[in-house]
Amino acid sequence: MRVERVKLHENGSVARVETAGLHYRELNSILRSLVADGADRIELHGVAGQRYIGTDLDRPVQIEIFGVPGNDLGSFLDGPRVTVHGNAQDGCGNTMNRGTIIVHGMAGDITGLSARGGNIFVRDDVGYRAGVHMKEFGDRRPNLVIGGTAQDFLGEYMAGGVLVALGLTLGKSAHHLARFIGTGMHAGVIFLRGVVEEHQLGKEVGVTQPDEDEEKLLEELVTEYCGYFEVEPAKVLDQPFVKLFPLYLRPYGPLYAPTHRGIEGPVSRWKVK
Amino acid sequence: MKDILNPDNRYKDDKVTDACSLFGMMDVSGRLFSGADTVRAIANMHDRGNGLGGGFAVYGLYPDFADYYALHIMYMGRSAKDKTEVFLKDEFDVVRSEEIPIRTRPGVTNPPGLWRYFVTPRKDPCLVVSDDDLVVDKVMQANTTIPDTFIFSSGKNMGVFKGIGFPEDVADFYRLEDYEGYLWTSHGRFPTNTPGWWGGAHPFNILDWTVVHNGEISSYGINRRYLEMHGYHCTMQTDTEVAAYAVDLLVRRHGLPVSTMATVLASPLWEEVDRMPDEKREMVTALRQAYGGLLLNGPFTLIIAHNGEMIGLTDRIRLRPLSAAVKGDVLFISSEESAITLVCPDIERSWKPRGGEPVVGRLGEPVALPKEWDVQNREAVGR
Repeated sequence: MRVERVKLHENGSVARVETAGLHYRELNSILRSLVADGADRIELHGVAGQRYIGTDLDRPVQIEIFGVPGNDLGSFLDGPRVTVHGNAQDGCGNTMNRGTIIVHGMAGDITGLSARGGNIFVRDDVGYRAGVHMKEFGDRRPNLVIGGTAQDFLGEYMAGGVLVALGLTLGKSAHHLARFIGTGMHAGVIFLRGVVEEHQLGKEVGVTQPDEDEEKLLEELVTEYCGYFEVEPAKVLDQPFVKLFPLYLRPYGPLYAPTHRGIEGPVSRWKVK
Repeated sequence: MKDILNPDNRYKDDKVTDACSLFGMMDVSGRLFSGADTVRAIANMHDRGNGLGGGFAVYGLYPDFADYYALHIMYMGRSAKDKTEVFLKDEFDVVRSEEIPIRTRPGVTNPPGLWRYFVTPRKDPCLVVSDDDLVVDKVMQANTTIPDTFIFSSGKNMGVFKGIGFPEDVADFYRLEDYEGYLWTSHGRFPTNTPGWWGGAHPFNILDWTVVHNGEISSYGINRRYLEMHGYHCTMQTDTEVAAYAVDLLVRRHGLPVSTMATVLASPLWEEVDRMPDEKREMVTALRQAYGGLLLNGPFTLIIAHNGEMIGLTDRIRLRPLSAAVKGDVLFISSEESAITLVCPDIERSWKPRGGEPVVGRLGEPVALPKEWDVQNREAVGR
């Protein structure tokens, strides 16, 4: 079975896998053995809903996906560059560590869920709760760049990382529709290009402008995005970004735990310096 | 919870994460087609269910008996059929009765007796009551008073086929390849807090209304009590049943449009209501006052169908997934987009409906795309 599905080219450095009808277990097992045998580029054709593609692969191989991969694409990803030639489903980049996921289309709900490193670039829109509970530590910091817009709860419970929505699909009104942006956010940062009203924001975020370092970071991320999707960076960078940042380190501390130093009520929410 | 020692856990996982799977497709031109694509699509989401329930609803199913109510009945005990047939003869004119053709196969075990009857209700000329109301009444009567009998499908020119097994196995069991319809919905079940039994598989039905559901309706108790006041009795031991009766009450009996029905089931949050224009705010508030008992709380994605219409709807903050796509006259609604592209690789539009906003396919009307899809409004920069 495996022999028929997998074709190797260029001394085994390039592999082509026909995945139609393959269960995700078998697919990921094929990926693991191809990576162990030294493949640099793996093309997956006829992908239809197989989950966890690329999970725990820890080498910087290139994985090209043709079709619609299933939920939790690249979960625990640790180094590869995964390119989806189409849409991705829910949970894309779940708890990823290192590497890059590039989606030439839309991505579903909870894109970048709990990511702790690596980069995700989505050409168009994402679903609900994109970037939910992304986190960072030391020099590990995930970046999620959304070319279009997001549905509700963008950056919910964010605990780190950088989330950018470029609003390129919004058209003339340039108005994001997402509600509850940054609800429960307590670290990390969100940058939005396009119009967003106060009532669309969660109670836990503040609004300001990016500083000089952040402008530089945005330029880098936008340039990388534009490189993947053939967009002119100048056309994206011509408009200012809005920066959303968390107001509190522990927004719900008093709800669930004894209050800090015996202070009652919401005043005990620790302010970010 | 899934029994992890169950032979179906073939990789001996210590934790099995599942979810229900939904798939529906409708040709709004009314063209009849086989269930092959629906079965293939729902089978592609096999891993979402655990074999404790699979089912299908088919519309345009019985054109030769389109004017008769088609009763699909499960008999769970020996004497149930005799008692029920006496009841049917008293209450209905039965023009045809037959065993539903099945094929025995591994994966579908211990089926009940499965029969179908094409009937018209026998009316008391002194009573002013519609046929539909009479049928609802008789279905409730049979399901609550005749032991071991469950009428699980009671509409005209449509039918529900459901049971214990994975949906693809249930399709094979019922020989669904022999049927055609213009609208198919399907479900693969992962029961969470109610038993997996034959009657508890989806779709749930009353008259020609069917509902398949992913999620859990935590307001079941209050919904059930509200519906009991209107003559609906819940007998299938699971939460989704209330949604089927709720749509019958709201749309058929109270005449609400689909969008208003969606506002009742997935009511907007109060802070959103506060920002609405006066007229709309008053209407939404009035709906909450009148139909508060039908608000579905908890996470849900539903595919609701009846003759001529298919509706996809999620809870207001979309805690369960829903993808929609269009190709020509065909509307697809699915838990996962990959199931759609598997059976229709060249879809024209695909989108993720916002929470609480229904996706509607209606016979003879082009599929309405969401407002965000107004192409004039989406001139992307640079491409």
